[in-house]
Amino acid sequence: MEQKSNGLMGWVDARYPATKTWEKHLAKYYTPKNFNFWYFFGSLAFMVLVIQILSGVFLTMFYKPDTALAFQSVEMGIMRDVEWGWLIRYFHSTGASAFFIVVYLHMFRALIYGSYKKPRELIWIFGMLIFLALMAEGFMGYLLPWGQMSFWGAQVIINLVSAIPFVGEGLSTWVRGDFVIGDATLNRFFSLHVAAIPLILIGLIFAHIVALHEVGSNNPDGVEIKKNKDANGIPKDGIPFHPYYSVKDIVGVIVFLMFFSIVVFFMPEMFGYFLEHANFEPANPLKTPEHIAPVWYFTPYYSILRAVPSIAGSAFPGVIAMGAAIVVMFFLPWLDRNPVKSIRYRAGWYKVLVAIFVVTFIVLGILGTLSVTDGRTLLAQVCTAYYFAFFLLMPIYTKLEKNKPVPERVTMK
Amino acid sequence: MSADAVNNSKRRLLVAATSVVGAVGAGFVAVPFIKSWNPSAKALAAGAPVLADISKLEEGQMIVVEWRGKPVYILKRTDDNMKVLETDTDMLADVNSDASKQPDCCKNIGRSHDKHTKTVVMEGVCTHLGCAPKYLPDMNNPFAGALGADWKGGFFCPCHGSFYDLSGRVYKSMPAPTNLPVPIHKYESDTVIMIGQDGSNA
Amino acid sequence: MKKAMIKTILVLLFTTIAMISTGLAMAAGGGYPKTPANVDVDDMASLQRGAKVFTDYCLSCHSAKFVRFNRVATDLGLTEAEVMGNLNHLGVKFGATMTAVMTDDYSKEAFGAVPPDLSLVARSRGVDWLYTYLTGFYADSAKTTGHNNVIFRDVGMPNIFWKQEGVKQAVYEEHDGVKTLVGVEVVEQGTMAPEEFNLMIRDLVAFLSYIGEPNQSYRKSLGIYVLVFLFIFFGFAYAMKKDYWKDVH
Repeated sequence: MEQKSNGLMGWVDARYPATKTWEKHLAKYYTPKNFNFWYFFGSLAFMVLVIQILSGVFLTMFYKPDTALAFQSVEMGIMRDVEWGWLIRYFHSTGASAFFIVVYLHMFRALIYGSYKKPRELIWIFGMLIFLALMAEGFMGYLLPWGQMSFWGAQVIINLVSAIPFVGEGLSTWVRGDFVIGDATLNRFFSLHVAAIPLILIGLIFAHIVALHEVGSNNPDGVEIKKNKDANGIPKDGIPFHPYYSVKDIVGVIVFLMFFSIVVFFMPEMFGYFLEHANFEPANPLKTPEHIAPVWYFTPYYSILRAVPSIAGSAFPGVIAMGAAIVVMFFLPWLDRNPVKSIRYRAGWYKVLVAIFVVTFIVLGILGTLSVTDGRTLLAQVCTAYYFAFFLLMPIYTKLEKNKPVPERVTMK
Repeated sequence: MSADAVNNSKRRLLVAATSVVGAVGAGFVAVPFIKSWNPSAKALAAGAPVLADISKLEEGQMIVVEWRGKPVYILKRTDDNMKVLETDTDMLADVNSDASKQPDCCKNIGRSHDKHTKTVVMEGVCTHLGCAPKYLPDMNNPFAGALGADWKGGFFCPCHGSFYDLSGRVYKSMPAPTNLPVPIHKYESDTVIMIGQDGSNA
Repeated sequence: MKKAMIKTILVLLFTTIAMISTGLAMAAGGGYPKTPANVDVDDMASLQRGAKVFTDYCLSCHSAKFVRFNRVATDLGLTEAEVMGNLNHLGVKFGATMTAVMTDDYSKEAFGAVPPDLSLVARSRGVDWLYTYLTGFYADSAKTTGHNNVIFRDVGMPNIFWKQEGVKQAVYEEHDGVKTLVGVEVVEQGTMAPEEFNLMIRDLVAFLSYIGEPNQSYRKSLGIYVLVFLFIFFGFAYAMKKDYWKDVH
């Protein structure tokens, strides 16, 4: 199959695997032909990454990581004085939320079609690490505008660290570099947000894609297309990623950009969920806002934190629960013992369990934005219990499933 | 999946059309990012015109005001100085300021407004590499050794030794290529100059 | 079966959200209802009137330090002379920002605190809150300032529009022995009729909304073009996708 090309490309190919890489990862990367709606979100996540890097690089040109200047450099410098600065910032603030929407949907796709199962466990692990890095990126980035929510949100989360027995107090002081969140904290968060974590993120995304291309993509039927190859060794149900999925993903990107633009141009605050109202006031360490809620993408985990009662006045159990809620997902490939990948061919009651899981996750998210009442705490506790039960009981109930016959070849529905 | 069945010209047309629209879109997206590098409203406000009061400026004296981060020299010349400006022409590289920067109304020997011929407003930025030339009114200045008796007072750039006359016109064979730039300025009154705003005949 | 799953998700979600939101409505019942401000930031005349009220009254004590006079002139269709003569009471430069007439030290002495900057107040509080607040002062002899506010209890700010609005009194309704504040009524008319006064406040709130985000109108009008462009782009890209996918069976 080795094909020698001439001219400039031939010269380059003799020195750098340009054509080889192009073919291996795009033109001759065979992808199942039955991808549906849920398979847009991988390429969309990449699109959002590009938006965030581009807008972030420009925001960094105008932002000042100094507690005395940060708020003004954002709300006056970028939002008013710099030509088009407002648009670049709205790209970035909307992009942050869009990142999480897209990534949550991408993860949901993996959940329903069993994309985490053998041989794709590492893809899932890399994906979870990306999710963690993204949360760190979002959390640190949120401090930078130095508004009330920036300050108090970081205050609450960093104080969680101090709930860790024995070392917590010292550790949280070390993280802040001060006894309060101040200049030192802002500067280190800025550095991590614009340099360290993006580098880690890009590395992880690279590993995520390399791992994916090593084993090939899963699909809505959960059928391994590599098991059915034609005489040339090309999967019968596979089509080259380029041009088929590149042209399809362009359509997906444009539709995404429409929704993105609607938010950027018509509702950049998104009713206070993407840009919180209290964050239009500069950080004031002496005045707590009436109601502190983290940005929406953290609220499911924040709810879990609040749902767990503190023991002997220590919030540590809640912190553990919040951490465990994320850690448990790393083990998903080994918790699910059902050999069938796609939910299409799994038990009807499993679908119900997944549906309830989605609802509990959203409800936890909503509760996390609200202040606490007894009823809400109870609801959050029920949801938290379900969240953990869904994962931890998986090894038992996934063995009890009565599966439907899985087809030999992919289906086009 | 036979290739013959595919109408290739239609496909090529669609790819070309989508690419063109996409490229136009990319062009639109680039605009805000490129324009964000323009001077911000803050920089523009800081670069706004400045007022200079010259009521106390005596003949032979010079004051320096700052405009857009640059020193602006305001020099009021004596009658003797004015005569020199008409006679030193052999020494100068650009007598009529043809190659130099100034508002049209100041393109004359004194490089000044008609009604205020004695007062010249110049950016104190050497046209060679941007140092600030020194004002040397003294006819027998030691720095002007090379020029000897031809030196009639003017400006001397200490960095690379360029000489300018009292209208900021550069001498021949100097490192500096052109005369000192004259910024746009206008007379709010006989004693107040606004630097940074055009006012050709005020 | 997939439809069944989506159905389950939706049914469960809506019932739970309904439960939560009824809880919300009950919780929110304690707060004073906001009056819709109905401001129009595209109405130049309204913004210009609002700018005058803002600079005449608010800027005495408050600042709007993110707002430049020259920007206001451009956006509101005013000339430099109009802005410098009518709005810029401190006589700062045209490109300078709106600072309070009162110094910080003086206001600390007079009010115990520096009045907050108003550049972003419309975005942190919302226009409806501002309108309700500015029309919601009423006489309350228990307070040292002599008044109280329907939506900002025990507010420290003096009622600067007392001359215009006259004297207002709180109106209470009693249900099951619980007295709730439901509004205010004018008991002694000031120099302005109540409707006239409310219009002035509306202009002021419109101006506050404008300074909260000066390019909000432009942002929206640009958004229309962006969406139109994306629709066209979509048309081409979709046709291209369709054409390629004819190959796939």
